[in-house]
Amino acid sequence: MNAVMTARQLPHAVSPGLWALAWKRLKSDRVGMVSLAIVAAFLIMMVLSGIGLVAKDWAAEVGVNYAPPSFVGADAEAGAPAAPAEPAPTPAPPSEYKSSVVDPIGDVIAELKAGRAPAAPVPDGQAAGADAPAVVDPLADVMKEIQTDRKGAAPAGPVAGDGKPIDPLADVMADIRKGTATTAEAVQARSPTLAFGGDKWGRDVLKKTIKGSETSIFVGLAAAVVATFLGTLFGAVSGYYGKWIDDFFNWFYAVFSSIPYLLLILAVAAVLQQKGTMTIILILGLTGWTGVFRLVRGEYLKHKAREYVQAADAIGASNARRMFVHIFPNISHVVLVQLSILVVAFIKSEVILSFLGFGVPVDVVSWGSMLNEAQNELILGKWWQLAAAGTAMALLVTAFSLLTDALRDALDPKLKGRMGA
Amino acid sequence: MTAYIIRRLWQMVPTMLGVILLVFLLFNWVGGDPAYVLAGKISNQEQIDNIRRQLGVDQPYWVQLWIFIKQVVTADFGASWSTNEKVSHILATRLGPSLTVVVPLLVLDALVSIALALAVAYVRGSLTDRLVMIVCTVGLSISILVYIIVFQYFFAYKLGWFPVQGWGNGLLENLFVYATLPILIGLVVSIAPSLRLYRTFVLDEINQDYVRTARAKGLSENRIMWIHVLRNASIPIITNLMSALPGLLLGAFLIERFFSIPGIGREVILAVERSDFPVIKALTVYVAFATMASNLLADLMYKAVDPRVQLK
Repeated sequence: MNAVMTARQLPHAVSPGLWALAWKRLKSDRVGMVSLAIVAAFLIMMVLSGIGLVAKDWAAEVGVNYAPPSFVGADAEAGAPAAPAEPAPTPAPPSEYKSSVVDPIGDVIAELKAGRAPAAPVPDGQAAGADAPAVVDPLADVMKEIQTDRKGAAPAGPVAGDGKPIDPLADVMADIRKGTATTAEAVQARSPTLAFGGDKWGRDVLKKTIKGSETSIFVGLAAAVVATFLGTLFGAVSGYYGKWIDDFFNWFYAVFSSIPYLLLILAVAAVLQQKGTMTIILILGLTGWTGVFRLVRGEYLKHKAREYVQAADAIGASNARRMFVHIFPNISHVVLVQLSILVVAFIKSEVILSFLGFGVPVDVVSWGSMLNEAQNELILGKWWQLAAAGTAMALLVTAFSLLTDALRDALDPKLKGRMGA
Repeated sequence: MTAYIIRRLWQMVPTMLGVILLVFLLFNWVGGDPAYVLAGKISNQEQIDNIRRQLGVDQPYWVQLWIFIKQVVTADFGASWSTNEKVSHILATRLGPSLTVVVPLLVLDALVSIALALAVAYVRGSLTDRLVMIVCTVGLSISILVYIIVFQYFFAYKLGWFPVQGWGNGLLENLFVYATLPILIGLVVSIAPSLRLYRTFVLDEINQDYVRTARAKGLSENRIMWIHVLRNASIPIITNLMSALPGLLLGAFLIERFFSIPGIGREVILAVERSDFPVIKALTVYVAFATMASNLLADLMYKAVDPRVQLK
């Protein structure tokens, strides 16, 4: 009895399936495993950020404007607002590009710098303080009003949310009040440096990058799932049934693939006026299925004539069952590799679309919208947001591409050595 | 040959109709009533009706589709909604600047990456090869936006070697003053994927028997690589180059936007920003045609490069 049992179990024990073998091969691929770890780390970060455990308070303005990263140290510019109620804000220290003779907008930048440095915690009653923000700060009047208001009711100043129940900006006002309550408090509340710097409003770039990763990776993943699903479905139906169905889908494929991908995306973005994370997922997913279709169709053409499918036919399996229960597991590795190729492509596309302003809405942060802000910041010499978003994206995309290569090698050892393509 | 071309052109007809149908559905059906977009915020019913009549949107769908097909065939898409410039004029004037950037970019990219691919494939497996591949992989994953932002800031703004943005009048001025940095950036971005791809093409050839034969009869390594291997590897390379061409026309749109080059790509972005449907429609249809044409051209060039290829 026992011997029979083991004899029966033995074949199962010694012949691992495709996935077990692939996993074994992947494990022996050191580059692949490191990439897998990095990708997994990003995914965990995305989930944590999605459920609000990490970077929930990314929008909090915790640092001074353009707070430099801690490892750079607070520079003279950031020192200006930090120093309590100093006289007129020291003009920006002469920097390399300001001194360059050919710079056409050097003055403007210097002005901007001088104006922006003390913008948030405006110290009251300063000639320069009242004058400089007027150049750039559209809220200068409001601020002044708040300040005079506060001076009038001096003791009640720091109380948050005082007797204005219907004011929609009550919270913001309270924040501002808190900020202007005492200069000492402002210095405490807004640190001069942040772990990886701050943006225009003093938000922590590190947290912002985490939040941006959440958006960008989620959009990439979701859109890739949509596109892969469509491509697989079309490819399966087309390759399996053949005849006029195949002709129809081939025509459909030819139409979609003759319009360059980015142009198609932009055209759809132009038509769908409303912006939103869902919209961009749909745009990318509905336009990006062609590559998957081509490969899956080819696989189905190959597999539908195989013996195991004929056997399934003989025992009376329905078409749908043969397509998705019998054939699909045998081609699923192709789909998986395509999925991970698409994730990378879609993350890149999302960044570009959001950068152009056709992507995620304004209140959602993504790598693309960060790069958009970073473009102007770089001219002011604030490189950290660009570095943070650029590095995070480069790291993930590199890891994902290497993982894709490793997956391809692990799942289809025949292809080994033919990387690229 | 002629019969082949005619047949291929004939086969394009359903695809073209499909593209037209897709664009039509997208803009006339998914996009909703363009009259509201066009009329803007301040509009009364009379104005909207008037616009609808002008655009023919009040007609049944099949009449609208017929209008659109007529527009495509006669290449007359009317005027832009935002600038009132003729769409055909827009396309004609924007093509030049785009080509000024794209053509040198394509040529340089092909030359540099083919040469590098041959060199890297020649020393395959060595440290150099692996280093170059790592650099390519990492370089590929950095967003094109980062390249443009950093290069523009560093070379144009900080060092002042190039104009920060703008466009001149003469071709030479544009090419050597305004388009130089954009082309450079385009090269940096496009070499990494091309090199990776071409390297695999060359690797496929480098172990073939004819290479050993060529060595055996005492040919120089240069001749083997540049004549024998390259000729065989050039078939997939040509496909790649040709299929990249229409995409490049648009792919340069980010560069055109950053450097204010009045090209096709920038026009697309502007049109999307302004909901300028006639311009987007015209561009989508024509670029799709250009893609099909360049695919055909690629197949014909196959034949020229490789006499073994049978066109059927």
